[in-house]
Amino acid sequence: MSFPILSLTIWLPILAGFLIIALGDGPARKLAAATSILTLLVSLPLYFGFDPTTAAMQFTESVAWLPGFNINYDLGVDGISMPLIILTTIINVIVVISAWEVIKDRPAMYLGSFSIMTGLMIGVFSALDAILFYIFFEATLIPMFLIIGIWGGPRRVYATVKFFLYTFLGSVFMLIALIYMYKQGGSFSILSMHELALNKDQQFWIFLAFLAAFAVKIPMWPVHTWLPDAHVEAPTAGSAVLAAIMLKMGGYGFLRFSLPVTPDASSFMDTFMIAISLIAVVYIGFVALAQRDMKKLIAYSSISHMGFVTLGIFIAFRLIAKGDDAGVALGLEGAIVQMISHGFISAAMFLCVGVMYDRIHSREIADYGGVINTMPIFAAFMVFFAMANAGLPGTSGFVGEFMVILASFKTNFWIAFLAASTLILGAAYTLWMVKRVIMGPIGNDKVAALTDINPREFWMLAILAIFVLLIGVWPNVIGSVMHASIENLVQHISTPKY
Amino acid sequence: MKLLYTLIPLAPLLAAIVTGLFGRRIGRTNAHRVTIAGVAFSLLLSVYAFFHVVVGGAAPFNETLYTWLVSGNIKFEIGFLVDNLTVMMLLVVNFVSLMVHIYTIGYMHDDDGYQRFFCYISLFTFSMLMLVMSNNFLQLFFGWEAVGTVSYLLIGFYYKKESAIFANMKAFLVNRVGDFGFVLGIAGIVMYTNSLAYTDAFEAAPTLVGQTINIFGSAEWDVLTVLCILLFIGAMGKSAQAPLHVWLPDSMEGPTPISALIHAATMVTAGIFMVSRMSPMFELSETALSFILIIGAFTAFFMGLIGMVQNDIKRVVAYSTLSQLGYMTVALGVSAYSAAMFHLMTHAFFKALLFLAAGSVIIAMHHEQDIRKMGGLRKKMPITYWTSLIGTLALIGFPAFSGFFSKDIIIEAVHMSTIPGASIAFWAVLGGVFVTSFYSFRLFFLVFHGKPRMDKETLDHAHESPRVVTVPLILLAIPSVIIGLLTVSAVVFGDYFKDIIAVLPAHDVLGRLGENYHGPWQFVLHAFQTPAVYLAFAGFATAYVFYMVAPSIPAMLDSKLGFLRKILDNKYGFDDFNQAVFARGSVSLGKQLWEKGDMKVIDGALVNGTANSVGFFAGIARHLQSGMLFHYAFAMILGLLAMLSWFLFV
Repeated sequence: MSFPILSLTIWLPILAGFLIIALGDGPARKLAAATSILTLLVSLPLYFGFDPTTAAMQFTESVAWLPGFNINYDLGVDGISMPLIILTTIINVIVVISAWEVIKDRPAMYLGSFSIMTGLMIGVFSALDAILFYIFFEATLIPMFLIIGIWGGPRRVYATVKFFLYTFLGSVFMLIALIYMYKQGGSFSILSMHELALNKDQQFWIFLAFLAAFAVKIPMWPVHTWLPDAHVEAPTAGSAVLAAIMLKMGGYGFLRFSLPVTPDASSFMDTFMIAISLIAVVYIGFVALAQRDMKKLIAYSSISHMGFVTLGIFIAFRLIAKGDDAGVALGLEGAIVQMISHGFISAAMFLCVGVMYDRIHSREIADYGGVINTMPIFAAFMVFFAMANAGLPGTSGFVGEFMVILASFKTNFWIAFLAASTLILGAAYTLWMVKRVIMGPIGNDKVAALTDINPREFWMLAILAIFVLLIGVWPNVIGSVMHASIENLVQHISTPKY
Repeated sequence: MKLLYTLIPLAPLLAAIVTGLFGRRIGRTNAHRVTIAGVAFSLLLSVYAFFHVVVGGAAPFNETLYTWLVSGNIKFEIGFLVDNLTVMMLLVVNFVSLMVHIYTIGYMHDDDGYQRFFCYISLFTFSMLMLVMSNNFLQLFFGWEAVGTVSYLLIGFYYKKESAIFANMKAFLVNRVGDFGFVLGIAGIVMYTNSLAYTDAFEAAPTLVGQTINIFGSAEWDVLTVLCILLFIGAMGKSAQAPLHVWLPDSMEGPTPISALIHAATMVTAGIFMVSRMSPMFELSETALSFILIIGAFTAFFMGLIGMVQNDIKRVVAYSTLSQLGYMTVALGVSAYSAAMFHLMTHAFFKALLFLAAGSVIIAMHHEQDIRKMGGLRKKMPITYWTSLIGTLALIGFPAFSGFFSKDIIIEAVHMSTIPGASIAFWAVLGGVFVTSFYSFRLFFLVFHGKPRMDKETLDHAHESPRVVTVPLILLAIPSVIIGLLTVSAVVFGDYFKDIIAVLPAHDVLGRLGENYHGPWQFVLHAFQTPAVYLAFAGFATAYVFYMVAPSIPAMLDSKLGFLRKILDNKYGFDDFNQAVFARGSVSLGKQLWEKGDMKVIDGALVNGTANSVGFFAGIARHLQSGMLFHYAFAMILGLLAMLSWFLFV
């Protein structure tokens, strides 16, 4: 076993997080900044040292943990999980920047919670043991619960309870499924679960259990209503992390569990999954149009964008039936690219709202108007990210959507037709918000008194803008690492288990 | 050559980045210096490309610049295709862009957003160059949306104006409706060819003939027809063809230089360029061609009619642009792609000229745009006057002027065509000649002739614009006169587009027209035997009578034919319909779904219904706020362990 990079990226922020809380508010900011940058640096070898030619797990670590139940501390990454880890460590740095002088109430605890959460989320993406995965998956709820519950808005109690109920109930079913599979195969290893022979009925119920966990997490229509409430009440960085990374745990779950463990059930259920994905794209697109609260609008926009992720994943079986394995890969990779891209764009959008909220303390669209007059540099960022959110080519927002639309067309004309409607709906709700908030004459005295972003806010947004542009102009930077893993996944799910 | 061609779009991009990021620091003068240098350099390289490819006869350049993405066995690449068609667009785009850059120095002289404006127009030039130089559908779509985005930024340039920020959002969304079709068309091409490269699509096109795709129930649709119509929907958005034309008149909210560059000369012709580029595919679907023809004919005639009743100087020219784009589309529909490209080129010069001249008038009028408040400016603004006259004559198709050739060829081509719908289209384009001439001279007379109708102070202060404004006018007036005469033989009847534009023998109306073609002057003479020239004269004469001799006639017609006037004033109701159905309809649908679907059904009945234990959880939450992190975490882990053990041991 070589140097345990994964363990380091997981435990460094977690332990440092506890240290930050323990040392109190004094050194909290500097310590958090150092931790986040160090974590990012530690995670970089995962990208640069990654071997894109193999589908095997890399940077693996394995230690027996509870041998009695064959539970191991198994870590490793492939082309599906590695980009998500890098996304997490980058967003972690942004979070610290965003909280720097904004959080006055118990900053140590705030920053510590985020640091711990970062480690836990990396754990989710790198765990190769189902119990380890489950523990990380559930544990991420705790810091997020606290972040919303303590630093949240006025209706935070309702929001946290809803958030907790939804996600916890969802994952309980997953735990049952995991234990059931342990009883069948005698192992909690995720990779051996992939190979576990399951008949039609077994797969069906296990699929539903996974669906309960991941559909809530990502979230899919109709189990999405916790997200807008959680976002509205969460502090800015909480929203950013929630949208940028926590939602991706659902998409990752589909790719890591649902598809390879229950391929036949996934195939059996694909019409249903495609249908609710398209409802997410279209229905939620319309709902976003009617929002009066900026954060709610972006939250609904997130759900709609996540519809593309599940769509890209579940058209796979239609394409397999047509013998178009290349199309399957296109859809799956499109889903992953969409997740990464949405990580940057949604974080940026929430941070933009946060920048305004910090000044005026309102998220209502009607309380703004003509922000460009007093905050021209900020307005440039906001328009840029809005365009990215609307899927403009040249930004990362375009890439995943384009790939999924291409793959959808290969599946069925009408699936592509409904998916492509996001070109119109996405632009409509995003630009209409921009028009009402950013453009126009100065809306009121509060807007007139606004001051433009400071260097901290500038760099926070600029870093995200650079990544949005980089992926938009050269998506191969993430595309190239996942081919082998995706090809392997396509092979795997093309072969019936019974 | 690769480096050279790469620099063509890169030069304006770099200039845009510099002025965009450091505009304030480098100041106004440096901002326009940098951007003008960028575009001028790009024009210079384009001229070099012209000599290399067109004159020198070098083989078309078709190479990949870099690989954007590889996924699903598809290579997504960025690359350039430089052939005669590209070179034509390069010259037109860069020349008009350079003129507009120079003109802007004068037009935007007093504007706070000076650097921002230069940044945008250079960015636009970059996007447009990427669009025309592309060798694949991905980059085409990038350029396609990028020009739309810059157009959005520029229409909303005066961001304090409610009408401007409404117009730019409308423009972007209507274009997105077109792009919706366009992206599906591209997806279809990828489905059938597994590639985004033009060459692969053109190679595969003949094999698709006769193949069908199942869309509605059991009905089988011809694949090429579906793909071509989807692509053309994109063109309808960008090139403002009815019913997606509604954004263009409103786009006049942007500063005048961009109306000339984007909304007349270059961006709006992207659709025409695209269809010409895709001629090897469109040729194979007569249904698609017929569809294009009908849409174009409708736009050419009926949008022209609206131009007759507009009173805003820019809107008159805007409706004329719609109508002329309709002519180009008609030409595409009858497979006269070369004629469409030819009209695109001549139109770019004279329409940019007309817009810039209108801008010159607007400066003199202190930003008054109502032509009813103008008049008698001939003496005050001689250069603007004469260049406007040249532009007008070119537009109406005065014999031997550039627009004459391009428009007459389109009319003749439609006359000869056997594509379904050609006979109706013929009357539309012929009637359009009268209409064009009428509104053009109505504008011309109301602005430059007759009694001045502005207030005395404005009149006294009205004077010719500075040289940065008038020199571009003159430089655009020259090609407006002669470019047709010089190039018609090669471009339309020669082999300029050989091996680039494909036409089936059965559709080859230009080939048949060419059999009787013996040089441009003979073509001019021949034109006097056809009705178009006389219709143009009739339009001129009518305008003269209405607005110079007997102004009581139009007033009388207005009162007698009030209902017709009303239809035109309402622009056939497109705007009202879209506003009521699509804009308000979508928002209220969203509201319904949100309030009834999300809040009432999902949250009300399902979530909160099953979870009336909220109070219990709220209790936990209240503890949390006191900060007892560890209690909760501990409780959770305990619960987890308890559950685990229960499952494992029971």
